[in-house]
Formats: sequence, structure tokens, C-alpha cells
Amino acid sequence: MNPRITFAVAGRVLTQIRRDHRTLAMLLVLPCLLMSLLWWMFDDLPGNTFDRLGPALLAMFPFIIMFLVTSVTTLRERTSGTLERLLSMPMGKGDFLVGYALAFGAIATVQSILAVVLSVGLLGLDVEGPVWLLTVVAVADAVLGTALGLFVSAFAQTEFQAVQFMPLLVIPQILLCGLFVARELLPDVLGVISDVLPLSYAVDAMSTLTTTTETGDVWGDLAVVVGFALAALALGAATLRRRTT
Amino acid sequence: MMNNAVEVHGLDVVRGAKEVLHGLDFTIPVGQVTGLLGPSGCGKSTLMRVLVGVQAGVKGEVTVFGARAGSRALRDRIGYVTQAASVYDDLSVRENLRFFAKVLGVGADHVDRVIESVDLGSHADAVVGNLSGGQRSRASLAVALLGTPDLLVLDEPTVGLDPVLREDLWAMFHRLADDGAAVLVSSHVMDEAERCDRLLLMRDGVFIADGTPDEIRAKAGADDIEQAFLTIVRGAA
Repeated sequence: MNPRITFAVAGRVLTQIRRDHRTLAMLLVLPCLLMSLLWWMFDDLPGNTFDRLGPALLAMFPFIIMFLVTSVTTLRERTSGTLERLLSMPMGKGDFLVGYALAFGAIATVQSILAVVLSVGLLGLDVEGPVWLLTVVAVADAVLGTALGLFVSAFAQTEFQAVQFMPLLVIPQILLCGLFVARELLPDVLGVISDVLPLSYAVDAMSTLTTTTETGDVWGDLAVVVGFALAALALGAATLRRRTT
Repeated sequence: MMNNAVEVHGLDVVRGAKEVLHGLDFTIPVGQVTGLLGPSGCGKSTLMRVLVGVQAGVKGEVTVFGARAGSRALRDRIGYVTQAASVYDDLSVRENLRFFAKVLGVGADHVDRVIESVDLGSHADAVVGNLSGGQRSRASLAVALLGTPDLLVLDEPTVGLDPVLREDLWAMFHRLADDGAAVLVSSHVMDEAERCDRLLLMRDGVFIADGTPDEIRAKAGADDIEQAFLTIVRGAA
């Protein structure tokens, strides 16, 4: 890997997104709109459902959006021939993957800051722990989404297939992350599966942050999420082939 | 002494269950424009991908400047143009070139030079997606010219271009060859054959002729390369 090339990739991806105003607007505004929708749904109802669901969704939106955006963008790079050209140049696989992860990580940071500021500042989401840590967890989730998106794009030949990986890889994680049924109440087998899915840890971290000022568990969960993201990037590098048929 | 950029012995390429290149032996010298001519689907692009080192399923000995094709040391010495314009549609011509220049580690001064050499100076800041097909393929060609490569592998770089511009590009290929590069250009248009110093005629994954245009015409007793191609194919059948 070479920092000059890695940053060249990241800079180029950011320029491409800056050019695409609609995508940029969606990336930044969509999570805020969805959080507002959630708040509106539960605002007049008794109980504090928004406080219970909000943190999980703050973890989920950046994860899902970055997964989709990354898998489609990378696939486009494969089909347009630009990836082949880059791999015939002095470009390491790590440069390519980390460059993408940096660019989308930067966008995820802005996206998550906006969503967290809106949720905590305007929509009154109660957070006991430090708000900045909530943002850090959201960014880690987005990077995880990016890393998984990079990984699955290796197995998709078309954009249609890439989009189908979302129900395959993302929806089970949403179902089992503790949002619908608390993780400790899941049947044993599903509990075990839930324990090996990264989004479960992301949602745990968020929930802990909203209910207690104790951050020890949060750092543990965060480490798991980051570990999964790094593993997905490593797998992505392993599946990125310089020579193709 | 003739200096070879590329030396290939016993090259087979298998794609899936099918062998698409069959036992090829050839060399590509520096200082010449070598034309790789043959109909669509005969294996030209596969052969070019082998030289650049992005083709899987390769058997045989393929060396480029003395190193195995695809070696790390070769990656900044080869300029490669794929058949599809491999540039980013959502960036301008200049942004594309600046990016690839950074990847190759060549100075920004190269960017303006290659934009001029493919005659895109007046479109340098236009977004590639808004350009015509010919302009896009020139943008793609410009990327391959960055950093003055020692071997240029150009897959149908002149398809669909204005005849005047095509003439200019061929003149540029010869200039690059005169400066010491090895230039390999593929085409499925036989009338481009006359512009090459040397030809490799290809059909169904094998070479049916290898020589200068004059040699090939004389050997087949034909007036042009298209006729020579037909004569050779019919003679072999």
C-alpha cells in the first residue's frame, strides 16, 4: 500500500460524490428525515418508544445506506473497466479498498453527526452517556456497512445482484439485533446467531449509551464492530482479483 | 540488434471450459507499431489482457521487458487502453487524468501534455459523461499516455473516430515508437493494417500471418490485407 495512491482514491471518490448532488443530498438528509419520521410516529403516544428505538435506528441507517452505496459504486467500477485499468497500474488492493473506506467513512461522519445532532438536539432523544461517543459508534457502523458492501461487491456480477445482497446480509441482522425482540429473549439458536452478527453489537452500544453513563461496555461493543469492519475489508482484499477471466 | 518488449512462448488461455488462445508464439519489438488484426471475438482483447497481466487462466511463458507479465515492476511501464472507455463518467477529463497521474506517481505537467496530444484541450473541463463516444475513448487513451510508458497496449483505440483525428493518432503512435516505445494496437478494421510497421493477423485464437504488410500481401499474392486475410483463411480450409 502507498498513502499517495490510497488518498488519491479517497479524493477521487469524494469528488465523484460531490458532483452527484442528488446522491450527496440523499446521503446527508435521508437519515435525518427518517429519524424525524420515527419521532413523529411516537411523539403523541404514551411511553418513551422513541428513546427505546431511536438509538438502534441511529446505528442502523448509516450501516444500511453505506452498504448499498458502496456495493453499487464498487460494482460500477468493476463493470466500467476502471478497476481493471487501476489493477494494471501500481495500485495495491489495499489502496483501493482503504481509499473507498476513507471516502465513505468521511461521508458517514458528516451523515452521523447530522443525525445525532438532530435526534439529541431537536427531537429530544435522551442520551445518558457522552453524545460524541454516540457519533463515534454511528461512524463505526457506517464504516462496517462500507466494508461489507466492498466485500459483497466481489460476489455480484450486476447491480441487481448487488442490491439483493441487502436482504440477504442486512435484514437478518436487523431482525436479530434486539430491536424487535430483546436479544436475551431470543430462542437459543437465534441468540447464538445474534451474538455473531456485528449489528447486534452496534445496537447494544447505542442502547447502553442512552441508558447509562457507564461507557466500559460501549468500548467493548465498538471494538467488535471495528473488528468486523477490518475483517470484511481483509476479505474484500482477498476476493479482489487482479487477474479475471 | 532487435530489442523485444514482449516475448511469448506456447501461450494458451482458458476461459471457463473453453480454450480461447491456442499455443501462440510471438514477439513484440520496441520501436515499432505492431498491429493486432482480426475479426471481433477472435481473441485480440484476451491477448492484450494477458500482456497487461489481468487475464486469468494463462498457460505458457509470457515475458514483458524480461519480467513475467503482470509483475509489480511492470505496472508503471505499460499504458493500457481497454475497449470500453475506462474513465470515470462523472469526472471531467482533467480530473480523470489528475487521478490516474497520482496513481502512477507522475507530475501534473503530464496531464496537460496528454490532454493536448489527444486533442481534448477544448474539452478538458467537460464531464466525461457529456462527451461523445469518440471523445470519451480519447480521454481513455490519454490516461494510457501518462508517464511515457515503454509498452502501449491499445485495444481498438481508433474505433469510431473522425478520419482526420485517426490519422493524427496513428502519427502519434509512430512518434511514440520512434522514441523507443513498443506499441501494440488492435483493430478489427483491415484498412488500418497499412498504418502498422508489422502485423499479427488473428483468427479463432491463432495467428494466421505475422510480418510486415508488404510481406503478408506478397506471400498471399493479394492487393490488400483484407484480400490477403481471405486468401490465407481459404487456403487453410
